[in-house]
Amino acid sequence: MRPTFLKSPALPRTLISLLLCGAALGASVSAVAAPVKVGLALDISGPFAALGAEARDGFALGIKQLNGKLGGQDVEFVQADMAGSPDQAKQLVDRMIQRDKIDIFSGPIGSNVALAVGPTLFNAKVPYLSANAGPSQFAGAQCSPYFFGTAYQNDQFHEAAGKFAQDRAFKKIVLIAPNYPAGKDALGGFKRQFKGQVADELYTKLGQIDYAAELAQLRAAKPDSIYFFLPGAMGINFIKQFVGAGLSKDITLVTSGFSADEDVIGAVGEPMLGLFNTSHWAHDLDNAANKAFVAAFRKEYNGRYPSVYAAQAYDAILAMDAAVKQSGGNAQNRDAVVAALKKANYASTRGTFKYANNHFPIENFYLRVIGKDAQGKVTNKLINTVLTSYGDSYASKCAMK
Amino acid sequence: MSGILVLEQLLNGIGYGLMLFLLAAGLTLVFGIMDVLNLAHGSLFMAGAYVAAEAHTRTGSFAAAIVVAVLVTVVVALLIEVLLMRRLYKRDHLAQVLATFGVILVADDIVKMIWGPSPVMAPTPAALSGPVELMDGLPYPSYRLVVLAGGLLMALALYVLVNHTRIGMRVRAGASDRPMAELMGVRVGRIFNGVFLLGAALAALAGALMGPIVAVQVGMGEAILIPALVVLVIGGIGSVRGAFVAALLVGVVDTIGRAFVPMLLRATLPPATAADLGPLFAEVAMYALMVVVLIFRPSGLFSARA
Repeated sequence: MRPTFLKSPALPRTLISLLLCGAALGASVSAVAAPVKVGLALDISGPFAALGAEARDGFALGIKQLNGKLGGQDVEFVQADMAGSPDQAKQLVDRMIQRDKIDIFSGPIGSNVALAVGPTLFNAKVPYLSANAGPSQFAGAQCSPYFFGTAYQNDQFHEAAGKFAQDRAFKKIVLIAPNYPAGKDALGGFKRQFKGQVADELYTKLGQIDYAAELAQLRAAKPDSIYFFLPGAMGINFIKQFVGAGLSKDITLVTSGFSADEDVIGAVGEPMLGLFNTSHWAHDLDNAANKAFVAAFRKEYNGRYPSVYAAQAYDAILAMDAAVKQSGGNAQNRDAVVAALKKANYASTRGTFKYANNHFPIENFYLRVIGKDAQGKVTNKLINTVLTSYGDSYASKCAMK
Repeated sequence: MSGILVLEQLLNGIGYGLMLFLLAAGLTLVFGIMDVLNLAHGSLFMAGAYVAAEAHTRTGSFAAAIVVAVLVTVVVALLIEVLLMRRLYKRDHLAQVLATFGVILVADDIVKMIWGPSPVMAPTPAALSGPVELMDGLPYPSYRLVVLAGGLLMALALYVLVNHTRIGMRVRAGASDRPMAELMGVRVGRIFNGVFLLGAALAALAGALMGPIVAVQVGMGEAILIPALVVLVIGGIGSVRGAFVAALLVGVVDTIGRAFVPMLLRATLPPATAADLGPLFAEVAMYALMVVVLIFRPSGLFSARA
């Protein structure tokens, strides 16, 4: 039987208003009626589709584990695909800011996209957690209090590889990258830490399919190691052809974690065994948060190992959760959220880390090698720490304290 | 620079050229003979690569994988032909470009639905995974020799088919003067269907053969379509012989641009200038060749319609 007072149409409304007043008067904890709005610009089509799909899975797992809440607050996730296109991303971010009035933003994979959407977000004072892209511009002169490179600064991966090559004392090394700004930055970063002889630097076409001409030059140059930065399909083409040419017997292949993650391993398989690569994270990194994450991820997605992109996205959700909680549950208080984010006080999958003055992490970088796990599956294995509590090279150019 | 390195680089250029030829041959047949610009040719290439990778992983036989890839792609092409292309034969090139561009978008999404957005593994047959010693001091990847042989065989087969068979004669007749050929009793419509399917089979073969040395992923067809179109333009639209010669030219010129020009620059210019100029030459070499050919032969080296 229904309670009789519900028959009066006016009563429930009065009751609700009364309750709302009570909440507003009584409590500072749950004072916010509106949910926290988080904008996620995903990359599930376009040039970064494979990486974007990994990131999406990482976000989804984090959101699921927190029951769709951040810091105990209800959250509305505004998600949309922007296909790796800076133009499309900019339109989307404009809409997220003006129509959806987002409080926090994350998502894009590519540095070019991050650079396109950054200024709009900074003007609107929306904290932007960049879970993958770490362009040098935002680390240096154009740094912003609202930007957090939650994962890494782009150059750090290459610097870590350079340090590894230096530690291994390779005598003669050849560097390969595509002929575009990120390619030059990559090789520049490598050389910042590697002091040995660079026999040659080969710049190839962006999107190159065939590497036979470069491989013939490598065979003639007889280096003891090669460092390559060839993102996406270019790296897959290069590794397949390198192994097919029989060069892997005499030359040690070194790369950044980008060209040696689970997505590339899935496409190349056993020929990748023995490839050295550097990253700020590994799925077998020994800390409680990471173990729990990897186990949950493999349970959720058919035993697949998470890639660094999934781990970073998951991490961004945890960072948001902690920041909303530590800012007193009020995501509209942007300064409080930024101050809380800056503390990086949460259980990150990479272990504890700090932010430098430019809001980029000071963290460890690890050496991984591609091998087989206990079940015979080809995957990355952590070897050792290459750089400890390592910051980026642009922090001094950032005016923030 | 040793003689062996020069020889190796020439071989590399020819190998790359033959890869391009496999794709450009189908494209030039469809464009030249049917006057249909089929941008979705790259999607058929992708279909061939994906189906071959899947079949190879399941059956363990590379030969079976190639056969399955060609058959499945031809069936897909038949569907595209019946549902779409037939309506486009008489329309202008813009309509054809728009419609077949639409096919690219749909094909990319279908592949993503079936195989996911990550690149898939296309294993090299175990027997061909290492290099062979061609001569002393010149090891060469044995799988590339297979691609080379595949390209050469296909060129020969197409040459015989188009120039020395009755069917080939009808194809050429339909291409040069369709109404006259029809009046002489050639069923040009049916011939065109056959040419479209042959083009699809060639694209699938190219995809299946190239899978083990390139990334098999969504959008792989678009990346290789551009050099293939350059080959088409240089060779002269509709000429298989032109496509063959142009593909080899593009392959060799591209390799020279990447391998020898940077070395020459380094020997003659200050290192910093050479480092800046070298990659630039490599990138434009293919297009510079196209410009030069078009200045002297505006309809390509061997235009079928000249």
